[in-house]
Amino acid sequence: MPITVKIPSQLRAATGGAPELSADGSTVGEVLDSVFEQHDDLKQRITQDGELRRFVNVYVGGEDIRYGEGLATAIDDGSEITILPAVAGG
Amino acid sequence: MAAKNLKCKECEAEYELGAHFFCAQCFGPLEVRYDFSGMDPEGAKRRIQTGSNGIWRYSDFLPFEGKASDPLEPGMTPLIKADRLAERLGTEAEIWIKNDAANPTHSFKDRVVAVAIAKAKELGFETVACASTGNLANAVAAHASAAGLDSYVFVPADLEEQKLIATDIYGTNLVGVNGNYDDVNRLCTQLADEKPWAFVNVNLRPYYAEGSKTLAYETVEQLGWKLPDRVVSPIASGSLFTKIHRGFQEWLDIGLVKGEMPIFNGSQAEGCSPVATAFAEGSTICRPQKPNTIAKSLAIGDPADGPYAVEQARQTGGAVDSVSDDEIKAGIRMLAETTGVFTETAGGVTVGVLAKLAARGELRAGEKVVVYITGEGLKTLDANRDSFAFTTIEPDPASFESHFGQEVAV
Repeated sequence: MPITVKIPSQLRAATGGAPELSADGSTVGEVLDSVFEQHDDLKQRITQDGELRRFVNVYVGGEDIRYGEGLATAIDDGSEITILPAVAGG
Repeated sequence: MAAKNLKCKECEAEYELGAHFFCAQCFGPLEVRYDFSGMDPEGAKRRIQTGSNGIWRYSDFLPFEGKASDPLEPGMTPLIKADRLAERLGTEAEIWIKNDAANPTHSFKDRVVAVAIAKAKELGFETVACASTGNLANAVAAHASAAGLDSYVFVPADLEEQKLIATDIYGTNLVGVNGNYDDVNRLCTQLADEKPWAFVNVNLRPYYAEGSKTLAYETVEQLGWKLPDRVVSPIASGSLFTKIHRGFQEWLDIGLVKGEMPIFNGSQAEGCSPVATAFAEGSTICRPQKPNTIAKSLAIGDPADGPYAVEQARQTGGAVDSVSDDEIKAGIRMLAETTGVFTETAGGVTVGVLAKLAARGELRAGEKVVVYITGEGLKTLDANRDSFAFTTIEPDPASFESHFGQEVAV
């Protein structure tokens, strides 16, 4: 079962308008790489030199991946990845 | 109006003045940019001095098309010279307490919310909302009611009861979320993407944050149009800390005040210190933390402006320190005992760090230190519940004498 990647509305120009994408992979990084293969523009916007940009938050099942192993965090089939801006709150 | 556009703090991409808060190119935070060229400092000063006795006196420096209004106008809170506190700390520095608990809902959040709600009305929103650790909840509920807007307030479900009651009373939709502040914040970021609402600290955050500049402006005015030498301020998201700096910088640039940018000392609780940790490690990357502190109003484990706060502390020759829960409680008591100001836990954090700076000998003789007290002690009574003295006696003089061992005046 593929993994769902949820895209915030401001980024949907980079996904042809799609609010969510499906991809495969055993880590968050692999899933994102697979998404980037279809949508290169998305890669430019959320990563820099192979790392997530500093104001990008990525969650798996509601948990920030920085509490896990970052992009190397393992992911189960059927899970949901959410990409969100980090600049809210305070 | 001087507000020109929104600009990304990371890649400098520009956006129109709407309800946007992050850069679609690089996810960086957006900030309001102004064009102050052609502003005559004497004229600006005159407009300030003849303006209202609150934050709208600084309208030239706030992001509105028209004239902002708010029946619950915050600002012009007391700046108190705290000689007894300085004496207690054994410092020869001049200590000033900016008591921002003296706002309509008893915290500095009235400033940011008044600006955000005035902007929400200007942009045509009918419902406002927020993710809050408590003080913001009070302020959004109150200002929304006063402005006649609907509101939704999202808070961690385990928040202090005082802050829950003092939010619900204004007739808002109060939503307790099972999780910590960062969970609430994530939820609101997702909801802001779907609902036609103005989340004051999400999609209206660039405007909201501007409200904190008024703390810098007032400080300058109250010091007789002079800058302090040092600022000690709490850090949660880092927005207040960086906007006080921006306020000073704008007035220096325009020529409304002369002198040097103050040294900035930031304050965090040990139980939630991602910014202090990054500072200590010589990094600007604030690794997120799961908060565990009595200073719930500062319990943001993933601070949006953390990297900028670290850079600012370094650039101004300051630091970001943290204090333990016991030091927070001691800070609350010390401030109350020497100034008559009863602050909440965030103020205990700030006074705790001030005490650390004094103990390290970092406060110079004669320097003006402004300490920002951002909230009211009555909202966090539990913090001092285990340390107060209360003696019960019988209603006769002998009983009093037996407990207090002194002559009763006749």
